Amino acid sequence: MNYEILGVALQVLVLVALSYPLGRYIAKVYRGEKNFMDFLTPFENCIYKVCSIDPNEQMGWKRFLKVLLILNLFWFVWGMVLLFIQGGLPLNPDNNIGQSASQAFNTCISFMVNCNLQHYSGETGLTYFTQLFVIMLFQFVTAATGMAAFAAVMKGMGSKTTQTLGNFWVYLVRTLTRILIPLSMIVGMLLILDGTPMTLEGKQTLTTLEGREQVISQGPVAAIVAIKQLGTNGGGFFGVNSSHPLENPSYFTNMVECISILFISMSLIWCLGFYLKRRKFAACIFGVMFLAYLTTVGIAVHQEMGGNPEIATMGISQLNGSMEGKEVRFGSAATALWSMTTTVTSNGSVNGMHDSLTPLSGMLAMLNMQINCWFGGVGVGFMNYYIFIIIAVFLSGLMVGRTPEFLGKKIEPKEMKIAVIIALLHPFVILCGTAIASHLAVNDPTLAAAWLSNPSFHGLSQMLYEFTSSAANNGSGFEGLSDNTPFWNISTGIVLILSRYLPIIGQVAIVGILAQKRFVPESAGTLKTDTVTFSVMTFAVIFIIAALAFFPALTLGPIAEYLTIK
Amino acid sequence: MKTILISIKITVAFCIILFGGYVMVLWGFARLVTPNEGQAEVLTLDGKVVGATNVGQEFSDMKYFWGRPSAVDYNGGGSGGSNKAVSNPEYLKEVGVRIEQFLESHPYLERKDLPSELVTASASGLDPHISPLAAEVQIQRIADARQMKVEYIAEIIVNTTHKPLVGQPYINVLELNIALDSAILNENKG
Repeated sequence: MNYEILGVALQVLVLVALSYPLGRYIAKVYRGEKNFMDFLTPFENCIYKVCSIDPNEQMGWKRFLKVLLILNLFWFVWGMVLLFIQGGLPLNPDNNIGQSASQAFNTCISFMVNCNLQHYSGETGLTYFTQLFVIMLFQFVTAATGMAAFAAVMKGMGSKTTQTLGNFWVYLVRTLTRILIPLSMIVGMLLILDGTPMTLEGKQTLTTLEGREQVISQGPVAAIVAIKQLGTNGGGFFGVNSSHPLENPSYFTNMVECISILFISMSLIWCLGFYLKRRKFAACIFGVMFLAYLTTVGIAVHQEMGGNPEIATMGISQLNGSMEGKEVRFGSAATALWSMTTTVTSNGSVNGMHDSLTPLSGMLAMLNMQINCWFGGVGVGFMNYYIFIIIAVFLSGLMVGRTPEFLGKKIEPKEMKIAVIIALLHPFVILCGTAIASHLAVNDPTLAAAWLSNPSFHGLSQMLYEFTSSAANNGSGFEGLSDNTPFWNISTGIVLILSRYLPIIGQVAIVGILAQKRFVPESAGTLKTDTVTFSVMTFAVIFIIAALAFFPALTLGPIAEYLTIK
Repeated sequence: MKTILISIKITVAFCIILFGGYVMVLWGFARLVTPNEGQAEVLTLDGKVVGATNVGQEFSDMKYFWGRPSAVDYNGGGSGGSNKAVSNPEYLKEVGVRIEQFLESHPYLERKDLPSELVTASASGLDPHISPLAAEVQIQRIADARQMKVEYIAEIIVNTTHKPLVGQPYINVLELNIALDSAILNENKG
């Protein structure tokens, strides 16, 4: 039992220790300073040349966003076409067929927005070709898109007065060549060493010890799993994601994968400190996020190790905790840690079934995604937090009667309007979506029976979780929901698009607008943003806006379930 | 228009870089360092392949150790958990039935000693492992079915228990059953 907690503590420690140097390195990459990967420069120049990119072009925020959106639109077309015709393409040893239009729409959107909600099962719904050239490609490039936007935000925040945010293409290429590919390579090798398959051969057919025939799905698993974890993507190779014993064969691979989930997101906070040369400011943000994360981990580990109270009444032994939907090689503590780690970021991979989590852990998983800014997705996580900083600066400014300023820039009505709209968009799409779905389910019992694998409070939680996960671009699910239907494919598809692009547009716009303003030097009257007081203030703003908006819905779902099983 | 052209070019460029510089490197690495050239590892008994090391398989024979219940009947071509909520009354009834069935095949066992993992479905439906405790409660049944000594089987369990540096000790059910079968083979040969 203590070994389990020790394992959890070790993973968190290693994660924090490794994220700091990575943060410093990433800051160098985006600043264009000398670093040990400079031997790639000629190779990168070659890419710019072949693609007719001018790496010296400086983009204003409008141009930056335009390029980002056009590229994403192109990816959508690319993905739709390939998924639709995958049955006829090469690298299809298991002869899987093309996806239906609504399913291809959902799959394509969900990978394009770095969400990786999966309404299909990897073993049968995709071919190796689409696994590699849609799924894996998107996992790399969408993570890089988020990080490129983050780099632009840092550039805007760091300059005194500027019209430009840097070059999107350069950020994108450097993120891939210098951060994502090297890290994925290391992670992939570690996974292969401990038994994760990496092959282009099709399924194996075996005869078991008792003489039954068993088919074993395999494929280029290690390559996809590595970037799925690092890029906060989360779309697994197999249907059950990292709980599959081939995708995640041991406690060691589980540690590697779990650390990879938060690795880049966490290091980007340090990166911000190095880039802006405001390490105290970064440490304050890190502190708020880390404490919130640790609290949820603590509660979830305690809940899962405590077992299922309903099964306790049956009089059997629950020494290993609540084991429904968990794997023996990880145990309940490591699964609880993972379920919190994957929801504070926008990762969404799982190593156990979230549907079978005890009610409070299930609620915290949802709450993490509803708040959506404790570390968050690579790049975009901090940008969500940034919105709350702007609101907190404005509120504190009003409270002490000063003009609100942040990093030497006045916050005025235009930025505030954008910030508030972005902050409220998230609860709006989640709650409206859930309301529509539950309205349909209540009025049509056959629909409820077709969708939900659980009755009562937990049924509502399943629908709430699906919309929360879509809006947070997370991609995990209470998988008992039968979500491969036109209603769910299309409704969550729309939510996915809205909640990926509107926040990015809003955040980059705020930074762009602020960057153009006149720089006001700090004085004794300036509100300090790198203090504990301001951190508490930001936390309060997040809690009031994000968490309390969802409280009524959570009461009807997980909290009611928790109270009834006691 | 120019941006669209760049988009197409850069997407194709990324595909080539990722396939050549990443996927193929890992593929080659796997061929070099793994015994099975990057395919799922398999276990053999008497020279015959009897299953994948890391994919659980169904055991229901009285003379074998049993693994965990599976929501997908150990279908290695798919995978899946039960996705049942801890409060779901239907699910709890199912667990109750599993408990009764298990106690029926192990009449010597007291209810309070039955580990919950043997009556709850795994996340993947393919969990290849059980805890040492879950193996110990089955020893008597297997000893009766095989006419073997309890101490002898207990020794095999100790020998096949994995003790990782971090994390809980666990047993691979297939490995354990192969060890049982090969113990008999050796006896017959000897």
